Amino acid sequence: MPEPLIQKIAVGSAAAAAAGSAGPLIEIENLSLHYGASRALKNIGLTMKEKLVTAFIGPSGCGKSTLLRCLNRMNDLIDGVRIEGEVKIGGCDIYGSDVDVIELRKRVGMVFQKSNPFPKSIYDNVAYGLRLQGVKRKSELDSIVEKSLRQAALWEEVKDRLHTSGLGLSGGQQQRLCIARAIAIQPEIILMDEPASALDPIATARIEELILELKKDFTIVIVTHNMQQAARVSDYTAFFYMGELIEFDRTASIFTNPRQKRTEDYVTGRFG
Amino acid sequence: MPHRYPNPKRPLGWMGMQRGHRARPLEWVAERFILMVSLSAILMVLLIFVFVVREAAPIFTGRMNSALIKETIPVEKMDSLSSRELRDYLELTPEQFAAMDRDTLRLMMEVKAEAMNELPEYIRDDKDARVNTTKWRYMLLPHRWTGYDSPEYIWQPVGQIHKYNILPLIIGSLKTTLIGLLFSVPLAVGAAIYVSQLARPRVREVVKPMIELLSAIPSVVIGFFGLLVMASVLQGIFGYETRLNAFVAGIALGFAVIPIVFSIAEDALTSVPRSYTQAALALGASRWQTAWQIVLPAALPGVFASVVLGFGRAIGETMIVLMICSASVVSWDIFDSARSITTTIAAEMAEAVQGGHHYRILFMLGTLLFVVTFVSNMIGGIVMNRLKSRLEGGKA
Repeated sequence: MPEPLIQKIAVGSAAAAAAGSAGPLIEIENLSLHYGASRALKNIGLTMKEKLVTAFIGPSGCGKSTLLRCLNRMNDLIDGVRIEGEVKIGGCDIYGSDVDVIELRKRVGMVFQKSNPFPKSIYDNVAYGLRLQGVKRKSELDSIVEKSLRQAALWEEVKDRLHTSGLGLSGGQQQRLCIARAIAIQPEIILMDEPASALDPIATARIEELILELKKDFTIVIVTHNMQQAARVSDYTAFFYMGELIEFDRTASIFTNPRQKRTEDYVTGRFG
Repeated sequence: MPHRYPNPKRPLGWMGMQRGHRARPLEWVAERFILMVSLSAILMVLLIFVFVVREAAPIFTGRMNSALIKETIPVEKMDSLSSRELRDYLELTPEQFAAMDRDTLRLMMEVKAEAMNELPEYIRDDKDARVNTTKWRYMLLPHRWTGYDSPEYIWQPVGQIHKYNILPLIIGSLKTTLIGLLFSVPLAVGAAIYVSQLARPRVREVVKPMIELLSAIPSVVIGFFGLLVMASVLQGIFGYETRLNAFVAGIALGFAVIPIVFSIAEDALTSVPRSYTQAALALGASRWQTAWQIVLPAALPGVFASVVLGFGRAIGETMIVLMICSASVVSWDIFDSARSITTTIAAEMAEAVQGGHHYRILFMLGTLLFVVTFVSNMIGGIVMNRLKSRLEGGKA
């Protein structure tokens, strides 16, 4: 049942736009997640707005990646995961029984920590998502592939070798290829799980520039270990610790004027 | 004085070995031992090959003669023959020849000439009695034998005239092997995809060992089962005339091939990085689409390797085909009988006279098998490397 979800998201977005301000696109209410007997997320509540970058920070094992994966239900693939609470995207509960996970993942794209282009050509990598959606016309594929690669700031570097393997690119280029692949199918939201943690500083800077550029068209949620990165790219920041949401605020406030003692200790580097 | 290391005058290998020898003697010994074991494996393959080829050599050099009526040399001309010619004429081994004195040799020549003279009339009139059937012309091309209306390919090693045409055996081997592969590869690869990509862990834990257990069944048992059960069941389904035929043998062969193809293909599919699967799923691919479009292409070199090994097993398998069918007919009809190369060797080696033409020809067939599997493995290796380099960055 893919249709209702898209409609609901569209209606939600339209309503938000009509209201004049960027309304909440993602609403998480009282979310808890269990891996078998252990509880990885505890009563998380948080809303994220459209066309803004939200960063999740926190020490390793605090549950930030797990929460990110709740947003496109990638946690479904792990056995023994149980989820309580609600996640609404555009007003629609994505854990509802009428939601098609495949349709959800087409609307909520993801970029992973380790760049993972398919062992196919650069062109086929970007076109894969489109082909899944049934796009077959060569001209249409060509134009969307080019547009996506341009948006991911990779076009100039690869335009002469579109039909060579994506695995022949450098690490940073591979990660931008993965971003191009994710944005080719025009999702509303892009989830990024530490997208620059395996890259050198120059490649990282390019990814960060790219995030600021993509913000114009997409809502971005990014998990990062690097606090400077969160400060540079995000509008809102959520700090997690031991599966709990400690503080969620504008990025400027989190880094300059945190309300919680633990947040201050973490962002100033006293632990983590 | 700057110390240069490693010393350029001493090769590193020598240094390393010496130091390893003194500092870590146990590791050194273990390493050498493993090296010896692997070298001995290579040596065994070589030795077997040399042995097989040596036994078949007279066929390749054309020194065998299986004609029933041969030119006899009068005893008086004995002295004009060289010892080599005499030995070949009397078909003796060098040891036998050396052990005989002149009178014995002379007697043998007389016996031989007498035997030729005593051949019955109907054989003397047979034009085929003078044919050396071990020539390539008779082993590969059809020949119109006495009593036949047209040229035919015939394998009939026992009888007055030894007919050694190997084409029926080659067709038999190919027929059963291809049927076996066509039956087993789709099933085994499909099962491997299911077990590695789609099945829930519980199901996987049951199905995987069950399929692999199939390889523990001795092929004679599979042959027995095929002979008694499968042949009847399949005849009931397809309604063919000959109950025991290449089709039944091929399907039974398939059961021997399935576990090999399955376990290697399953390994290859499982070792495809999970990150590919995750990326595809995150793009909105279903599990089926992920398995077929992403995982299978990425694992293709390994899956191909499994098929090559399956081919080797199928063409080398003896017992199953031997039990189910063994008529050497030239027919591409899968519902006709077939006799494979391996089956022929196994069934006839015991009754072939050592050193005789039948014996030599069986070894020639062995050499043929050796070459076929060697070449198929080599081609498999080349194709696999191509596929791998295509996946890993070359031209996609």
